Amino acid sequence: MSALMIRDLHKSYGGLEILAGINLEARTGEFVALVGPSGCGKSTLLAMIAGLETVTSGEIWIGDRLVNSVQPKDRDIAMVFQSYALYPTMTVRQNITFGMESRGVPKAEQAEAVKRVAALLQIEQLLNRKPGQLSGGQRQRVAMGRALVRDPKLFLFDEPLSNLDAKLRVDMRTEIKKLHHRVGKTTVYVTHDQVEAMTLASRIAVMNQGSVQQFDTPKRIYDRPTNMFVAGFMGSPAMNFIPARFTGSTSISVRAADGGDATLALAAPLPAGAPKDVVLGVRPEHIYRFTTDLKSRKPAVEPMQAPVELVEPTGAETLAVLRLGDLEITGRFEPDDAPVMGETITLGIDMSRACLFDPATKALL
Amino acid sequence: MSTRDLTVPVTAPATPWRQRLGTIVPILVLAPSLAASFVYVFVFTLWTLYLSLSSSSLMPTYGFVGLDNYASLWANRRWNIAYTNLFLFSGFYIVGSMAIGLLLAILIDQRVRGEAVWRTIFLYPLAVSFIVTGTVWSWLYNPVDGIQAFVRGLGWADFSFALTANRNTAIYAVIITGIWQSSGFAMALFLAGLRSVDPDLIKAAQIDGASVSRTYRKVILPTIAPIFLAVAVIQIQFAIKTFDLVAALTRGGPGVSTTFPAIYVYDLMFQRGQIGEGAAAAMMMLAALAVVLVPYSVWIVWRRRAEGRNG
Amino acid sequence: MAEIAANARHDPEAAAATRRYFWARFLVYAVLTLFAVIYLAPLLVVVFNSLREQSDIARNGLISLPRSFRLDAWAQAWGTYCVSGTCEGMKRNFFNSLWMTIPATLISTLLGAMNGYVLSKWRFKGSEILFNLMLLGVFMPGQISLMPWAFLLGKLGLTNSTYGLVLIHVVQGISFTTLFCRNFYVSIPDDLIKAARIDGAGFWRIFRKIILPLSPPILIVTVIWQFTGIWNEYLFGVVFTSGQQQPITAALVALTAGGTTARAYDVMSAAVLIGALPPLLIYLFGGKYFVRGLTQGAIK
Ligand SMILES: Nc1ncnc2c1ncn2[C@@H]1O[C@H](COP(=O)(O)OP(=O)(O)OP(=O)(O)O)[C@@H](O)[C@H]1O
Ligand SMILES: [Mg+2]
Repeated sequence: MSALMIRDLHKSYGGLEILAGINLEARTGEFVALVGPSGCGKSTLLAMIAGLETVTSGEIWIGDRLVNSVQPKDRDIAMVFQSYALYPTMTVRQNITFGMESRGVPKAEQAEAVKRVAALLQIEQLLNRKPGQLSGGQRQRVAMGRALVRDPKLFLFDEPLSNLDAKLRVDMRTEIKKLHHRVGKTTVYVTHDQVEAMTLASRIAVMNQGSVQQFDTPKRIYDRPTNMFVAGFMGSPAMNFIPARFTGSTSISVRAADGGDATLALAAPLPAGAPKDVVLGVRPEHIYRFTTDLKSRKPAVEPMQAPVELVEPTGAETLAVLRLGDLEITGRFEPDDAPVMGETITLGIDMSRACLFDPATKALL
Repeated sequence: MSTRDLTVPVTAPATPWRQRLGTIVPILVLAPSLAASFVYVFVFTLWTLYLSLSSSSLMPTYGFVGLDNYASLWANRRWNIAYTNLFLFSGFYIVGSMAIGLLLAILIDQRVRGEAVWRTIFLYPLAVSFIVTGTVWSWLYNPVDGIQAFVRGLGWADFSFALTANRNTAIYAVIITGIWQSSGFAMALFLAGLRSVDPDLIKAAQIDGASVSRTYRKVILPTIAPIFLAVAVIQIQFAIKTFDLVAALTRGGPGVSTTFPAIYVYDLMFQRGQIGEGAAAAMMMLAALAVVLVPYSVWIVWRRRAEGRNG
Repeated sequence: MAEIAANARHDPEAAAATRRYFWARFLVYAVLTLFAVIYLAPLLVVVFNSLREQSDIARNGLISLPRSFRLDAWAQAWGTYCVSGTCEGMKRNFFNSLWMTIPATLISTLLGAMNGYVLSKWRFKGSEILFNLMLLGVFMPGQISLMPWAFLLGKLGLTNSTYGLVLIHVVQGISFTTLFCRNFYVSIPDDLIKAARIDGAGFWRIFRKIILPLSPPILIVTVIWQFTGIWNEYLFGVVFTSGQQQPITAALVALTAGGTTARAYDVMSAAVLIGALPPLLIYLFGGKYFVRGLTQGAIK
């Protein structure tokens, strides 16, 4: 059964269309991430689910209830805001109990709930402080506590980690994941950090300009992005796009470093009706240093020459910028096996992991 | 994707009246103030406009006389003095209080000790009424008991300081007193503006080798330009509405030399029983305000739009 | 390193710079002191005169140190001085002003806070226009409303009464209080309101529990502004009340105008101070917050 279902949802401000026909669903207990560039409408969508924004058209179902015109407080949801939105004049305890108080929950029950949540998030020692006296990470926990204490049907998170420093962000990410395992609540999680989305979500909706580009598991989104936007947005460094042209039913040619053409064999025959010109999409980690040994392990690897323009060691891996004609592509190498600057190496491109896109429609072929 | 059967019973949406109430409460809260403001701003203005076109004298009557009241107003020498005084006063008063206010703000901004004390000293006149200020200064200007007598008493026998005793100089007494009263307010606003300038900007200017005065002229003051305008607009309003200061300081005299429109309106309406002409004079005051405020509001709206586009 | 420091000590340029700095500081304090004297002198003159003997003032002029310390003038100004026939001093007028200013301030502040809350956090279609409309009230010259008020107060039976003045000041004041509060509330993050709505709080609960606890900075500004403004107001006071009903500003003008012969400067000084004291006290205690809040809220 789905805990959240969104059908053909539209939102406009005046004449300006912000959301253009969103369809989305979250099964009970599922963790759905919404990702997309800034301004694509993620927060707006979340606010509409929460009932903070009106629906222009379409339907929002929470459980088996059509909630389009239900007040936020009656939707049985909890939300964590990017700014945390902690009530600055209240203590942490009052922040957590405010919602229960509004609903007239008996005092004893409130105290019980606070105790449970404080223990869960390890914020017992903070309960009598005000938000102004907390660190960023502590505020974040309190904001989560305020949501958790409600025991709602649906959790909504709007970029809850984006105000934390890099290290804390990774820690809290792990913690949210654990927490979700423990509580098992249906969650919609907005982020523009694709690593967060990949690590946390059971399904990801990639949004752009007010519509969902792809809604699928992290693995499918990563391996088989439905279009060039998703392919380029998910993954860092981004997927390389190389203009290519079919030279037969199972091979394409690309512009090589020396200005000539290099022919690459496809791992699978091209689909029927594919255009003659295509875009070859290759993720940096599917570019190797070509060896015969590699070829025997991964038969779909195709060789190609390229000079190394720049090398960026990051520690765990080394990124190399390679030149193909007037195009630059990025490859990801083992530090021990990394190319050096100025060297011309023979690349091995794993064609079995490559994607082909139609340059006109940007769609996956 | 969907397995939902659309015939699943739907829980009724929240009762409509409750929801309606939710959107209506804010409007209900606003309504009384809104109604009052509407009456105050529009009904009262139109009412006075109407009176200014009527033959009202001692009591409001509603015989229509067209622009007669305006004509006789402008034919009156005293009114012309009043209107001239208004411009003279506004000009000196605004420039004077802004110049002194800015000077004091910049001085205080030099990390002086006891900043709060200085600020309090310069700002306290703001808390005092024009009536009190005017009364006290009228004593100080009084040649027999005031500053002139004091300086003469010090041995400077032919020192002369009798602004309010002379038709030609009385207006400057009003101006000086006005500046004394409100330059502290300008100081406070400028100081807040100076403090709001990004400190990095100032550091950058210092690293570029700019002197203190150059930093102010080229970096700091230009960034607080909007504050100049805001201060000027606030001061102009004081200037146009000022009735109390003159009433307490010179009572419009000597003769009619310090008559102001605000004084004149009062006189016509309540001393001489010429309500129609008084209303016309009040409308002229509104016109003077509009001349200042309409361009200012247009500018504000324009700037807000421009910011909206850029940000 | 050590050489550089040593050089700096004997560097004539550095010495000149230090000297320049000293003179610059001196100039700053000199100018500030000059202005401080100009600002304080009138206040001191009045305070001194309220303590001096009238005969001393008549002989030595207004500007002189007090030779006596007596509060007779204060007592007279407060309770027994005669203005146009009645000998009750300023106390009636003082209380008139108080009973006018306190309710008008409280009512207009409360309304302003609620209006500001609606106009910043519960915007609806057209609310911006309504706000700008209310703003126009800020700019209205009082003279425009004199005749309409006269008529209205007559109809309501509020002529020559403090209630009438309260009504006028409330209506006139809402524009200011609404402007101040709205501009302040706009800077409270909307997320707080959203979070509270999800937490099940409604319009009033959000106002009481979230907005009001955050409001003291702006409420201080609004109260000070309204209190000093209303207390110091003269035009409406002199037009709509007379004699024993007058607020203190109007009474002061009547008092200082009377008596063309030997002016009782001692009593008048005390009266002036009585009239100036309440807003001055409010300002002295709240001025710090006033300036801070004014620049947060009013000037945007
Ligand atoms: N009240 C409003 N009126 C008009 N346009 C709005 C309003 N609120 C949001 N928008 C517009 O809607 C679009 C989507 O905004 P939204 O806040 O949902 O983006 P987002 O995906 O959450 O971005 P971010 O990652 O920066 O938070 C933006 O282009 C924004 O300018
Ligand atoms: Mg957002």
